[in-house]
Amino acid sequence: MNLSKFYKNTFLIVLLSLVLTACATQKKVTTEADVTTDETTDIKEIGAQILNDVYVGTEGVNYLAEGVPDRVFFATNESILTTASRETLRKQAAWLRENPGVTVVIEGHADERGTREYNLALGERRANSAKDYLMTYGISSNRMSVLSYGKERPVDSGSTPLAWSKNRRSVTVKAN
Amino acid sequence: MKKLYFLILCLFLMFTTKSFPLIEVDITRGNLNPLPVAVSSLFSSEQTHSDLKKELKINDLGLEISKVVENNLRQSGLFNPLSKDAFLQKPEIAHLKPRFEDWALIKAQALITGKVIFKDDKLRVEFRLWDVLAGKEMLAFAFTTVPRNWRRIGHIITDKVYERLTGEKGYFDTRIIYVSEKGPKTQRIKKLAIMDQDGFNNKYLTLGNELVLTPRFSPTNQMVTYLSYFRNLPRVYLLDIETGIQEVVGDFPGMTFAPRFSPDGNKIIMSFAKDGNSDIYTMDLENRIVERITNHPSIDTSPSYSPDGKYITFNSDRSGYQQIYVMKSDGSKVKRISFGNGLYGTPVWSPRGDLIAFTKLHKGKFYIGVMRTDGKGERLLTENYYQEAPSWSPNGRVLIFYRETKTDDDGRGFSAKLWSIDLTGYNERLIDTETDASDPSWSSLLTN
Repeated sequence: MNLSKFYKNTFLIVLLSLVLTACATQKKVTTEADVTTDETTDIKEIGAQILNDVYVGTEGVNYLAEGVPDRVFFATNESILTTASRETLRKQAAWLRENPGVTVVIEGHADERGTREYNLALGERRANSAKDYLMTYGISSNRMSVLSYGKERPVDSGSTPLAWSKNRRSVTVKAN
Repeated sequence: MKKLYFLILCLFLMFTTKSFPLIEVDITRGNLNPLPVAVSSLFSSEQTHSDLKKELKINDLGLEISKVVENNLRQSGLFNPLSKDAFLQKPEIAHLKPRFEDWALIKAQALITGKVIFKDDKLRVEFRLWDVLAGKEMLAFAFTTVPRNWRRIGHIITDKVYERLTGEKGYFDTRIIYVSEKGPKTQRIKKLAIMDQDGFNNKYLTLGNELVLTPRFSPTNQMVTYLSYFRNLPRVYLLDIETGIQEVVGDFPGMTFAPRFSPDGNKIIMSFAKDGNSDIYTMDLENRIVERITNHPSIDTSPSYSPDGKYITFNSDRSGYQQIYVMKSDGSKVKRISFGNGLYGTPVWSPRGDLIAFTKLHKGKFYIGVMRTDGKGERLLTENYYQEAPSWSPNGRVLIFYRETKTDDDGRGFSAKLWSIDLTGYNERLIDTETDASDPSWSSLLTN
């Protein structure tokens, strides 16, 4: 009697743990699958537009003149200019040399994933990064002013890594 | 806002029966059993009733004041105001001599009663706090003011009750200055706005023609410092909210931002950005002398003084990433205090002096937390997709901050709202605002 009760209980416990394990395992598999799918879509969608955390697409880009893009993009928390950014800025410098009467405002921007005050400083740092580079190509600092907007003026209102990458930018705007 | 016009606070009676073990509220941890309290409608005579109705267009001012008190007590999370439907005793009689058995029957442990008198264009409000179980009066006060300040009477009563029952100063007779937001995320229109701590008496202080950010109250309350993009020149401004007069703080050849007042209200501390480098400066508001406090090629921003004015906590990325630092107020003895995983920003020194509240970004989530001033004892109070910029209630018990929502794939569904949370991590609440809102700053108590 006692023994059969013991077996019955053991059986129940074993059965229960099997059921529970099954549940746990299944859940885990689903989660992993979700993550994998997400990442794949991400790569497919943005792989062509983001390189090393820097936007390399052309959406939202305006042109100061034909072949002279108005903006450069940055990696998260960075103000370092990429090779592509330097090329863009050299084009801007050439255009500024050809148009000596033009003055510009260089606007610095950050994405929404940072505190407001730090982003204001970061935007200023990015705009100056562009300004300094233009100066090394002979553009007088008198013709350029910087204006940081921090995260206040995104171009893309999305909450995705792609949207954020478009917003981390420095834009050269004709001021006169 | 002038202390003069608002109140002639007369201390009418004040019995504090210290020898008797009266009720107390434990506020050191999340309160799962809020104290049941009955807030009786404040009584007024037929004459007062009709006079006030003419003056303020309010039917029963005594009832309305009692509702202000009830709402404050409920929001604090420490009290449970009981439904007036269950009250057995009339306000008039309760105020004179409560029948404690009646109040005990509905499980009230504390009772608030009062009386409203309107005479010579002045509103006079009496109130009493009773310990129901001990059958004793704990507190009695009377205030005289102009009628339109009636909501403040409710806040002051709450502060007195809160202080008597918790042993700590209240935070109800206070205001919040914040940024009201409207429009699409790419072109937000932002205005300075001010409201009572409970969301009433909302007023806009700017028109929205230029971008405004990060308003902060002076400890003396009449002045506000904030960042304005007036004429596309982002500079720290000073605004007198009484007169509406504003002026630029200092004459800096570049962006100034992240302003705050010193604890005595005499200085503004802020960041000044030049050539890609932000450092911390102060300006004395009396003699206009500008002092440079930090000098480092990194970003130094979000400065906040300790309440004694001897130290400054600030945000810097000199280690490579955003971290929190503390230094002496002359800029010497800089010490990093945040060492946990993730990025840290917006440090704000508690008015009690013992804690620093901050924003933390870790693995794609934003947290509001507190740590001791040496960086130890880090406690995260709330986690969300995006939230930042905590501001302390004047008693150092509640933090107000703002939270933004994630947008959908088409960039829609963005909102920004004010929230508050207790230091304990409990009692998280959405603060209702007419529009979207961000960058809240809590005033100190308007009366002491």
